[in-house]
Amino acid sequence: MNVLELTAILGTGACAAGFVGALTGLGGGVVIVPLLTLGLGVDIRYAVGTALVSVIATSSGAAAAYVKEGYSNLRLGIFFEVATTLGALGGAFVAAWAPTNAIAIVFGIALLSSAAFSWQRHPAAVRDAPPDPLAVRLKLTGTFPEDGGTRGYAPRKIPAAFGLMGVAGVLSGLLGIGSGAFKVLAMDRVMRLPYKVSTTTSNFMIGVTAAASAGIYVSRGYVDPGLAMPVVLGVLAGAALGTRVLATARAGALRLFFTAVIVLLALEMVVQGVKGAV
Amino acid sequence: MVEAADRRRSRAVGRLLQAGVTLAGGVVVAGAIPYLVVHGFERPDYAVFRGEPRMLRSVTGIVADALSGDSRGILQLGILILIATPVSRVVLLLADFWRDRDTLYVAVTTVVLGILAYSLLGSGFL
Repeated sequence: MNVLELTAILGTGACAAGFVGALTGLGGGVVIVPLLTLGLGVDIRYAVGTALVSVIATSSGAAAAYVKEGYSNLRLGIFFEVATTLGALGGAFVAAWAPTNAIAIVFGIALLSSAAFSWQRHPAAVRDAPPDPLAVRLKLTGTFPEDGGTRGYAPRKIPAAFGLMGVAGVLSGLLGIGSGAFKVLAMDRVMRLPYKVSTTTSNFMIGVTAAASAGIYVSRGYVDPGLAMPVVLGVLAGAALGTRVLATARAGALRLFFTAVIVLLALEMVVQGVKGAV
Repeated sequence: MVEAADRRRSRAVGRLLQAGVTLAGGVVVAGAIPYLVVHGFERPDYAVFRGEPRMLRSVTGIVADALSGDSRGILQLGILILIATPVSRVVLLLADFWRDRDTLYVAVTTVVLGILAYSLLGSGFL
């Protein structure tokens, strides 16, 4: 295989990952790492560096649209970025000395749990309960567009969510993923925010979380321009396409297919990690 | 009025992210063409981790390499712009909260920026 063929394969795979990712909210990194390691035999450190870059591309590209439309809560995002960036910093340091097969096993487990979280039905957001005093003090209440008007919401259980965000940050720094599923879990389940606010605010935070470990990855030589180029361009093209067809696509069927792919990849990563083959 | 200020902030952040992604994508495309012309028929070898050459590991090295016309340097420069996009978004928010005298969020944003700076400076990346 030469560089042209590798670029074509990676570009196509990344485009598919960006497309389905934009439709389902399950991100690109979880597909990029197995594609590189299991599919193309790339060392996991190069794979993680490449995935981290693709995650920043997805997040910034999609957040640009969501933020303008008024779904993402900027204060909530920046507040929890304290936890996610600290976690990411720790995760990136651990990644430097952890054995690669251990990283593969943790990756598989994180993948399985994120598939499980994303598949669960989300509970109804609390509408008219009195807001948590801490949320008011931190100015974390907000509104978002719905049915032509706006609807208010107030987050609950902020300390617990803050802790979960720290865990999401560690996984992001360790594995080069966005860990969007964990961030959505913290907002959707723990704080009981509306689903659209959770997913779009998570998307908004992913870029900064990834940037916190990106410097460490680049300086350790994990980020290869030849691998990152097709992945970045593919993910950007796929995500742009995905946001266009969002209205007409049958997201349910796609999501089922994507979850199945992720579960298979996760199991394969764990098996390869245990065998010490990654 | 907090709500109106937050809406204005959202639009500014959206424009900044869009600009960053567009610029980064453009630079990556500009580097991809010469990269594929020169290296397209080489055999890639990523099975064994050796790490990038020193030049492609720091901001100053990457900028120097890109200016010398090396296609891998230009690609890496595009990736640097991509990494800088969310960081510049934090700077924008800090300036904006400062303008509104929103002390609590000036403090929160400063902490996030401090963590990012520690990571970028401490790793020898700059």
